[in-house]
Amino acid sequence: MTLAISMAEPRSRIAARGRWRWPETVFWLALAACYVIFPGHLQLLAQVMIAGLFALSLDLLLGFCGIASMGHAAFFGIGAYAAARLALAGWSEPLTGLVFAGAVAGLCGFACSFLIGRLRSIALLMVTMAIGLLLHEAANRLTWLTGGDDGLSGYDVAPVLGLFRFDLYGRTAFLYCLGVGFLVFLALRRFVHSPFGLGLEALRENERRVPALGIAVQRQVAVVFTLSAVVAGIAGGLLAQVTQSVALEVLSFERSAGVLIMLVLGGAGHLYGALIGAAVFIVARDVLSGLDPVYWYFWLGLILAAVVLIGRGGLLGLARRLPGRFR
Amino acid sequence: MIAELAELGFNGLAYGIVLFFMACGLSITMGLMGFANLAHGATAMLGGYVLVVAMRDLGLPFLASLPAAFAVAAIAGALFEMTICRRLHAAGELDQVLLTIGVVFMAIASATFGFGAGQQAIVMPGYLTGRVAFGPIEVSAYRLFLLALGAAITIGLVTALERSRLGVRIRAAVDNRAMTTACGIDVGRLFTVVFALGSGLGGLGGALSVNLVGLDPSFPLKYLVFIMIVVTVGGFGSMTGTLVAALLLGLADVACKYFLPEAGAFAIFAVTAVVLYWRPQGLFGRLA
Repeated sequence: MTLAISMAEPRSRIAARGRWRWPETVFWLALAACYVIFPGHLQLLAQVMIAGLFALSLDLLLGFCGIASMGHAAFFGIGAYAAARLALAGWSEPLTGLVFAGAVAGLCGFACSFLIGRLRSIALLMVTMAIGLLLHEAANRLTWLTGGDDGLSGYDVAPVLGLFRFDLYGRTAFLYCLGVGFLVFLALRRFVHSPFGLGLEALRENERRVPALGIAVQRQVAVVFTLSAVVAGIAGGLLAQVTQSVALEVLSFERSAGVLIMLVLGGAGHLYGALIGAAVFIVARDVLSGLDPVYWYFWLGLILAAVVLIGRGGLLGLARRLPGRFR
Repeated sequence: MIAELAELGFNGLAYGIVLFFMACGLSITMGLMGFANLAHGATAMLGGYVLVVAMRDLGLPFLASLPAAFAVAAIAGALFEMTICRRLHAAGELDQVLLTIGVVFMAIASATFGFGAGQQAIVMPGYLTGRVAFGPIEVSAYRLFLLALGAAITIGLVTALERSRLGVRIRAAVDNRAMTTACGIDVGRLFTVVFALGSGLGGLGGALSVNLVGLDPSFPLKYLVFIMIVVTVGGFGSMTGTLVAALLLGLADVACKYFLPEAGAFAIFAVTAVVLYWRPQGLFGRLA
């Protein structure tokens, strides 16, 4: 009997978790192919990418850490306003604008993480909701900064990389969002498959045992919350640049609820679930509110109830269960 | 000045009482089962619309419409609990929150479909429309009525919780659910009864608030926040805590609107965040 534990095995297991698989290539190629297949819906597809990025940021919190937020639109909105303010101040280069949006949102996320780290379950949901509403109310009042109810508009966004001008059909918008989305996705994918990411999943599964493993929970929460806020800020910044306007709606409770729905719809904790959920949600919203904008809320509620009562684990969970059922 | 302050305090208390009605059922169901029911505001809205229909379309007097609002909301609550909530008792808070938010969204759409997006107007009976003077202090008759009704119902509720058999069971189940079940009390059924009563009180609160804050389809989302703040700050399952939190919030809201109109609801959310940071379990709650 030997007590020596080989370090090779855990290393190879961590590496195996993060290995790139062929369906992922297919997924991203299919997304890129949308540029050719749906040339008339590129604006909508850009919205899908933005929502997908936003849902990814929440997935980092909820799917990997088990921290549910009901006010995540706060960071999305901060990013959007930051990008718009920067453009209004005369700095119209888009990529640095995104970095700025992410940095501002990240700072706010870092500040909030100290409040979040102490709270769990319902109190956490309520405080995140209160933070979201607080910001919405603040943005509504601080008209000199946010334009209040009218929002911010009338700023120019320079061509991406100095080459690609934003056009009316959303060609540049879609490719820009796809490119930024893909890069952020790669970074997040690397992050969640790292040993630190594994520690996050431990936090989700059993919070009391995590300190026993020698992991500092408070630090983990701060890192993840900040990172999540950065990604949400980038998504918000993208929206501000692509639509060249920011409305108060970016901070609304509906947006916070919407991103939760996307994530739960797609399946939390897989990264891809966030993207798929966002795609389904945005397309469904487009179709259903096209039928009758007033009753979109009804469908929204029905989708939510259906996901909770029938579709545990979202669409990805469903896809995983199906083969087992027919075996 | 004194008269003005007194009236402000009076209005705040009246608003707080309505919030208390809307929140106390939720507080008990949360304390009893830990069920996060964000659709409680939708129940309150249902009560409001029942009152409107009863008074405007059926021609019932105001005082007869209030019990109707209570009854309809209580029945709706019981049905909701027996068909849907029951399946989610064991699920996590997130599932409960998502489902009930879904119900809120459906309720908003249904109310828009049935009654339109506008404010609902009701004609109050004459004895509740005027103002009543106590020396230099003059207050609205409706708010006086609210305070009197609120005091009566609160005393009734507290006595029922302290003295009645049902109240004893509820308190036992909130304190220690496993032990209560071991004593042969069916906590599941108890929960249905409590849920129905809580929904009824919520409906009553909604009906009483029509003349105070108005009624439109966005009601459940608008007041959800205030209800949740009252429940979380008061501490789940604590009747005293809910009452104190509701009255404080009512006073704070009226005071903020009067003294700091430009800050809006900002001050309230900020105070809530601070209180919850300081005491995550609420003012009167115990650590789980």
